[in-house]
Amino acid sequence: MSILTVENVRKRFGDNEVLKGVSMNVERGQVIALLGRSGSGKSTLLRCLNGLEVIDGGRIEISGHTMDYEPTKLRALRKDVGIVFQSYNLFPHLSVAQNIMLAPRLVKGMSEKDNRRVAEQVLSRIGLLDKIDAYPDKLSGGQQQRVAIARALAMDPRVMLFDEVTSALDPELTEEVLAVIEQLARDGMTMVLVTHEMNFARRVASTIVFMHEGKIWETGEPEAMFDNPRTAEFRTFASRNVK
Amino acid sequence: MIRPFGWPEFLFLLQSAGWTLVLTLVASLLGGVLAMAIAIARVSSNRALREASRVYIGIIQGIPVLMVLFLSYYGLAQAGFELPPIVAASMALSIYASAYLGDIWRGAIQSVHVQQWEASASLALTRAQQYRHVILPQSVKIALPPTVGFLVQLVKNTSIVSIVSVIELTRAGQLVNNVTFEPFKVFITVALIYLAICYPMSRFSRYLEGKTGVYLDS
Repeated sequence: MSILTVENVRKRFGDNEVLKGVSMNVERGQVIALLGRSGSGKSTLLRCLNGLEVIDGGRIEISGHTMDYEPTKLRALRKDVGIVFQSYNLFPHLSVAQNIMLAPRLVKGMSEKDNRRVAEQVLSRIGLLDKIDAYPDKLSGGQQQRVAIARALAMDPRVMLFDEVTSALDPELTEEVLAVIEQLARDGMTMVLVTHEMNFARRVASTIVFMHEGKIWETGEPEAMFDNPRTAEFRTFASRNVK
Repeated sequence: MIRPFGWPEFLFLLQSAGWTLVLTLVASLLGGVLAMAIAIARVSSNRALREASRVYIGIIQGIPVLMVLFLSYYGLAQAGFELPPIVAASMALSIYASAYLGDIWRGAIQSVHVQQWEASASLALTRAQQYRHVILPQSVKIALPPTVGFLVQLVKNTSIVSIVSVIELTRAGQLVNNVTFEPFKVFITVALIYLAICYPMSRFSRYLEGKTGVYLDS
């Protein structure tokens, strides 16, 4: 049974139709890499999956929730869907522990003791337990991004979304973030990633989805797609981006 | 009967300065509560609320606070609500403060990056939780210096309520001058008392502006 179903989703910003009828299915434990040039609609599609963008047509079902923008229903969906952003978006006035423990406390009513235990657990998972009481501005970009991943994991999501999470990072910091994501993939987390890291996508993704002009242009397993692109657009894109 | 400007007169001025402080305090508290509602209405997703609060701020900022005072005192009296001068004065100053503080706080809320809204919404927080735990603690830091700056204006502007014979510092100065005929001594003293209240506040506001990276904890 699919954990994520996208059916004929349309989205426009003014006169600009960004998603022109997108459909896909994601099974539990799959890792989907959304690739495409800027403006292809990949980030918009990702943001539609947790309701940050409101779709104009079609249907999204994720972890048993049908997308509905009524606040209570949207929050129920978001409890099961974690997202990590390009710009980390940690809360600067809260420590690492407070960043991680905020939502479990407010949304799930978790006790202080359990919450602390979960925070320590997710922080050891990303290798930053020693930073538990640090404030975000004392961390490197890579560390902040790993904390952002930990913050999402603390809600125990069914699906994780990653929106170009390494685009703001130096190469060596990129590696430490990708390593965390790769470990999540091995642990069986269902993930949808928008990324520019072709080698990473090829190594970690179970399925590549290539978007072009608001449509899914080509999709398949990484090896097959990179070795034998079926469309000229993906061939050009891959040759430009894979070193 | 002309009296010299001596200790009793000076103490009367000091005592009346207490009313200036009371008026400032009441106006900043009542005005502050109203301002918070206005600021949140200004950034609401509801268009009617947004427009209503925008019009309110526009009107109050667009007319002299003296008119608000006259309307609260003489206007309401004609309409059958005869308020004691101190009540009408507090009301007028609260309304005045609410429009300015509301606008300052709206700006502070909006200066928190939209991504902080998105990140907290994505963690399934309610709108109220987003305000309480994520947005307002960050806004406070931005809003504090201009808020204190406005409160300095408010202290000075309480002087207008002397017109409806509330005996605060300015009115007390007039009364003392009427019996001593020593305007220089009296009004320089009055001015120095205002300065003694406002100068530390201005310094505090400047000190806050210089401080970075400090948040009021949630």
